[in-house]
This record gives sequence, structure tokens and C-alpha cells, in this order.
Amino acid sequence: MSFYDSWSAIMVAVIAGFILVGTALIATRLLAPFARERGKAVSYECGMLPIGRNWAQVHVRYYLIAILFLIFDVETVFIFPWAVTFIDLPMFVFYEMLVFIGVLVLGLAYAWRRGVLEWR
Amino acid sequence: MEGFGVNFAFWTLSAVTLGAAGGVVVSRNLLHAVLFLILAFIGVAGFFVLLSAEFIAMAQVIIYVGAISVLVLFAVLLTPRAGRDNGETAMALPALLLAIAVATVFIFVVNDTNWTTVAKSPELATAELGTALLSTWVLPFELASVLLTAALVGAIMLVRSREEEAEDALA
Repeated sequence: MSFYDSWSAIMVAVIAGFILVGTALIATRLLAPFARERGKAVSYECGMLPIGRNWAQVHVRYYLIAILFLIFDVETVFIFPWAVTFIDLPMFVFYEMLVFIGVLVLGLAYAWRRGVLEWR
Repeated sequence: MEGFGVNFAFWTLSAVTLGAAGGVVVSRNLLHAVLFLILAFIGVAGFFVLLSAEFIAMAQVIIYVGAISVLVLFAVLLTPRAGRDNGETAMALPALLLAIAVATVFIFVVNDTNWTTVAKSPELATAELGTALLSTWVLPFELASVLLTAALVGAIMLVRSREEEAEDALA
């Protein structure tokens, strides 16, 4: 398969994605009515004026969710070359990947046991 | 692999990547800067595709666009009172000078290097990589999963404070 055959679909998808998002942004600019008024920028239209900056500290618990995502994201990089080749390889290669995922499942089980996955 | 399509893609990617990198520096909102950084990463992934390095392109998308940008976003969000301004700083001029110096060195090196071009692209196919990873290098491969699990457990140990443990014990 030539370079163009294998990548033209992704190329088209990328261009279509940019066009879709771009038209959505431009269409709202053109079609939606905008009333520029100072009161609209205030947090509470009929309430007290907020004091300080609009800065909310994000809870540290989000950090654990991010780390969990990160771990399994990196796992994907290892699974990818295995996934394209394991059909042609002997059976034990399949079990090697099972061991790989199994160790990570142990970590996930530990996280579950410690109650990290629960949102309190 | 020459032709109009490849040239067009190269210049488009260059424009997108450089524009996004400029946006990182120029944009006033720190979160917008991170989004521009993600776009620049995607542009670099496109360059890897043009160099027929599919696996590196895929890794670039997963690691940089996925993992690194999430890390940067959380670093911004979790920093207390840091503000979301990509504001003025006294280091702007020294940083500009340093950037120009580094760019000059890079341009000289790229121009001076005797780039050898190979007729057939010596690409490391993803399938070959998988075969090598699962036969010769299987022990480091399995150790990688242990390392990832250690990172996971370490993160949990860091975040779960003693007070939360006490709360759990009571509950």
C-alpha cells in the first residue's frame, strides 16, 4: 500500500475536522445575536459583586485521575506494536502481554482497594 | 515520495506548527497557551508521518498530545494562586536572546551536517518493533509494566494524606 493510500483517509478526516469546528465557530459569530452589555459579564446578575479573582483551586483528587489516565495511556503505547503483530507470532507472545496487563491490573486493584476510584 | 501532496502537507504542517508555537508565546491566557502547545505537538506528529515513522507519530500523539498535555494542564490547574495569565515578565528579553542564540546554533548545525539520504527509507515498521519487543526485549518490556504500577502506587501514596486514612478508618 502506498503512502497516499494509507494516509489519505486520515488527511481527509483532519481537514474535515478543522472545517467542522471552524464553521461552527464562524456560524455562531454570524448567526447568534450578541448584546454587548457590562452586566452580562458579571457572575450573578442580581447578586452581590464577586470579590477577588475568578480562581477556583482544583481539588488534588483530580491529580490522581490524571495519573491513572497517564499510566494507561503509556500502556497503550506498549500494546500498539503488540496488537499489529501478535497474530503472526507464537502463542506465548499473547501470554506475555497478559502478564504485562496483569501487573497493571494489580496496580489498578490496589487503587480500587484504597478507595481512590470513589468520588467523595 | 515526492510530489505536490507531500510538499503541500509539509508547508501546511510547518505553518500550523510554527503558528501554534507562536501562539504559545503570544497568548495571554495560560490555558489557551496549553491548547496551542497541543496543536504544535499534533503538527510535529504530522511531520513524523511525512517521514514515514508511523510508530513515532502514534507515540507522539499518545504521549505528547495525550499524556504530557494533561500533565501540563493539571500543573496549571493545581498551582494555587498562580493565576491564568501568561503575563509580562522581566525575563522576556533574555529569553528572546537565548532563543535566537539556540536557533542560530541549530541552523548552523543543520546546514553543516552532511545528511546522507537513503534510497529506501530505513523505517522501523511497527510490526518489527512489536516482534523485537516481545522476543528479545521481553524482560525490559515486562519491567515497564512494573515501573508503571510503581508510579501508580507512588502517586496514590503521595496524594492520600494521613487525615484521609484516618477518616477511612473511622468510616
